[in-house]
Amino acid sequence: MEMIQTEDLVFEYDKHDEEGNVIGKNTAIDGVNIDIEQGSFVAILGHNGSGKSTLAKHINAILVPSGGTMWVDGSDTKDPDKLWDVRQTAGMVFQNPDNQIIGTIVEEDVGFGPENLGVPTEDIWTRVEESLRSVGMLEYRHHSPNKLSGGQKQRVAIAGVIAMRPKCIVLDEPTAMLDPNGRREVLRTVEELRKKENVTVILITHYMEEVIDADKVCVMDSGHVVMEGTPREIFSRVDELKKYRLDVPQVTMLADELQSRGLDIPSGILRTEELVEALCQLD
Amino acid sequence: MIRDITIGQYYPANSILHRLDPRVKIVCTLLFLISLFLQKSILGYVVATLFLVIVIRESKVPFKFIVKGLKPIILLLLITVGFNLFLTDGPVVLVKFWIFRITDTGLETAVYMAIRLMYLIIGSSLMTFTTTPNELTDGIEKLLHPLNKIKVPVHEIAMMMSIALRFIPILLEETDKIMKAQIARGADLESGNIIQKAKSMIPILVPLFVSAFRRANDLAMAMESRCYRGGDGRTKMKPLVYKSRDRMAYAAMIVYMVLIVVIGRFVPFHIWIF
Amino acid sequence: MSIRLEHLNYIYNPGTAYERQALTDINLEIPQGQFVGVIGHTGSGKSTMIQHLNGLIRATSGKLYYEDQNIYDENYDMKKLRSQVGLVFQYPEHQLFEVDVITDVCFGPKNQGFSPEECRKRAKEALELVGFPEKYYEQSPFDLSGGQKRRVAIAGVLAMQPKVLVLDEPTAGLDPRGRDEILDQIALLHEKTGLTVILVSHSMEDIAKYVDRIVVMNQGEKMLDGVPREVFSHYKELEKVGLAAPQVTYIMHALAEKGMKVDTDVTTIQEAADEIMRHFHD
Repeated sequence: MEMIQTEDLVFEYDKHDEEGNVIGKNTAIDGVNIDIEQGSFVAILGHNGSGKSTLAKHINAILVPSGGTMWVDGSDTKDPDKLWDVRQTAGMVFQNPDNQIIGTIVEEDVGFGPENLGVPTEDIWTRVEESLRSVGMLEYRHHSPNKLSGGQKQRVAIAGVIAMRPKCIVLDEPTAMLDPNGRREVLRTVEELRKKENVTVILITHYMEEVIDADKVCVMDSGHVVMEGTPREIFSRVDELKKYRLDVPQVTMLADELQSRGLDIPSGILRTEELVEALCQLD
Repeated sequence: MIRDITIGQYYPANSILHRLDPRVKIVCTLLFLISLFLQKSILGYVVATLFLVIVIRESKVPFKFIVKGLKPIILLLLITVGFNLFLTDGPVVLVKFWIFRITDTGLETAVYMAIRLMYLIIGSSLMTFTTTPNELTDGIEKLLHPLNKIKVPVHEIAMMMSIALRFIPILLEETDKIMKAQIARGADLESGNIIQKAKSMIPILVPLFVSAFRRANDLAMAMESRCYRGGDGRTKMKPLVYKSRDRMAYAAMIVYMVLIVVIGRFVPFHIWIF
Repeated sequence: MSIRLEHLNYIYNPGTAYERQALTDINLEIPQGQFVGVIGHTGSGKSTMIQHLNGLIRATSGKLYYEDQNIYDENYDMKKLRSQVGLVFQYPEHQLFEVDVITDVCFGPKNQGFSPEECRKRAKEALELVGFPEKYYEQSPFDLSGGQKRRVAIAGVLAMQPKVLVLDEPTAGLDPRGRDEILDQIALLHEKTGLTVILVSHSMEDIAKYVDRIVVMNQGEKMLDGVPREVFSHYKELEKVGLAAPQVTYIMHALAEKGMKVDTDVTTIQEAADEIMRHFHD
């Protein structure tokens, strides 16, 4: 079953001059075709301005395509009657932890989505409790979001999305503004969710270390999907990645360097243990 | 410095006051404020003080914390007291020096005025200490609900208020950061006349506005993505339903108001305008 | 010609319920021309410490010498200190406010009292130093990309021609290439001008690649201070306080554990590759 499917997706927006007159069009997404299976973990990589965030906003119908089509769980995002279904099916977590928390108390924020969906009060409470528990933030339910760390705020934001019972979660650079501890915290939460809830996870990022567990990686550049494959396939093409303004984890870089200096080790090494093992076999 | 202001802050605690329906707290606070102006006798103030002391004790908010909230209004308090003290004419002159005279009426008025102002602040901050901004806006929304019939967008106003309250601390922190950054670039925010000072605020205000708009934009997107579409069809996580403790609180308030009105009847009735 | 901190303490909100010791007895000397990295997790006191360096925060006790003068002396010229110790905050592009790039960069020199021509000259030099393309000088800073905005913001501090440049996470939120470009530019600047650079970063890989010396902060105290290979050899202690060494350090340790005779103190990919190749050639 396809959770997300696009066909020749195009998104253009008007370019303005200083007086605000339209002087042309910018194309942020240019003919993208992707399929994302129900229950899979897909990472979308790309440098800033590559179109990856624009693509993410299409999945949640915050943006609608200027050309082509996007289906979310079978619904065309252009169909106004399906708008709220689409948004409920595909929840979204944004980059800035401060700018997506609406409530002044953690639990009130998590309840915001269900309230909008018209969920009965009793159910809202169960959902809020379950969601906060699944991101490990239950003990902070009465806290003010302003007193939380960046990683904790993002976990609250994730809980707010889970409370809407989505089939798919889109995380748009959820770790870009966090410190390493916050990043680890958020990634661990996402991983646990994936294991427990069978939701489709779409992670948009430019940190390579975050995508090594993905089922599929798509690399975007100037509005196109330029690379697609498993993390191992993608990371074995170090030079190509660098061309798209990305880099690879240090271990992959070191393996690539050793390979180019003539050592016989496999391409696309993702983890420390793999490299150590490969080198020990040579020893 | 800015962070020291406690007025309007929420003080988390588990007290009966915290659990009361926000509508009760809003209505009772208004009634209490009115009660301060309904009478001016010592007995009346004793009753009001007693009432306030009981409420403070029940709220579990430390007295020190409440007193801190009075700090920002000290200047206002002193001015009011000063005006009343020196400018009120009365039959008995207590002290006289240079062009100033302190009369018995002046002294009395000044003392009452100081008490009223302080009680006013304490009373209203007790409401905000014990009510989360969201509850407060929920309360206001529900109280003003009848206005919906005459096309007042009550839900939207309440939502705007609650978002504003959430972002005040964030924007204060941001202001602090921007100020520091511009000072690091040699900006002089202190010296000069008013016009120069106003001009020196531009490097702070422009980034602050840009940031506020960026946040507003992000937030609108986040709300939409979580299916927000106005007040219609929305359910409440914490719907407001009066419970027995709320009815008891109303009853206690009525008793207090009756007492105050009765006391007000015994002594000459004044309404002062500042 | 140095910055010297002696028994520096800083207490937040002294005498209130929120009182918290943010810095405890910091002793540190940074000679002119050094490239220093400061690491520590959020709340370790590193941001508080660097804000002391240009007098934005005043220590509760202790002394801070800049060029052998205690900045807490009476009549010390703070304005001059701030023009000599340039501080670039996190997300510095959030402080841009002028109508065009060049005017914004002129803000610092203008505050220093230079003539409009001199301001422009200094602004241009600063923009060149950060590699900002001249064709965008007249553009509104708000229309630039994230990476370019950040360059402008850094140029805004460089235009004051400081002798010390302090950067608080200058690469936060940038993509890998943007990050490398900014850091390479700073390293180049350090090399060309002999500027002292103090770099606060969360990325151990970046720190290892660029700096001469690392200061590790933890709970308001200076925990470690030394050259990168020395500091990262304490990687187990770093982990205990929520930090880590660069990934290559772990690889080398893992190899050593498997019995390979490699130097475990290397901190960059190049060094690691050299070391492994040496092992296989021997």
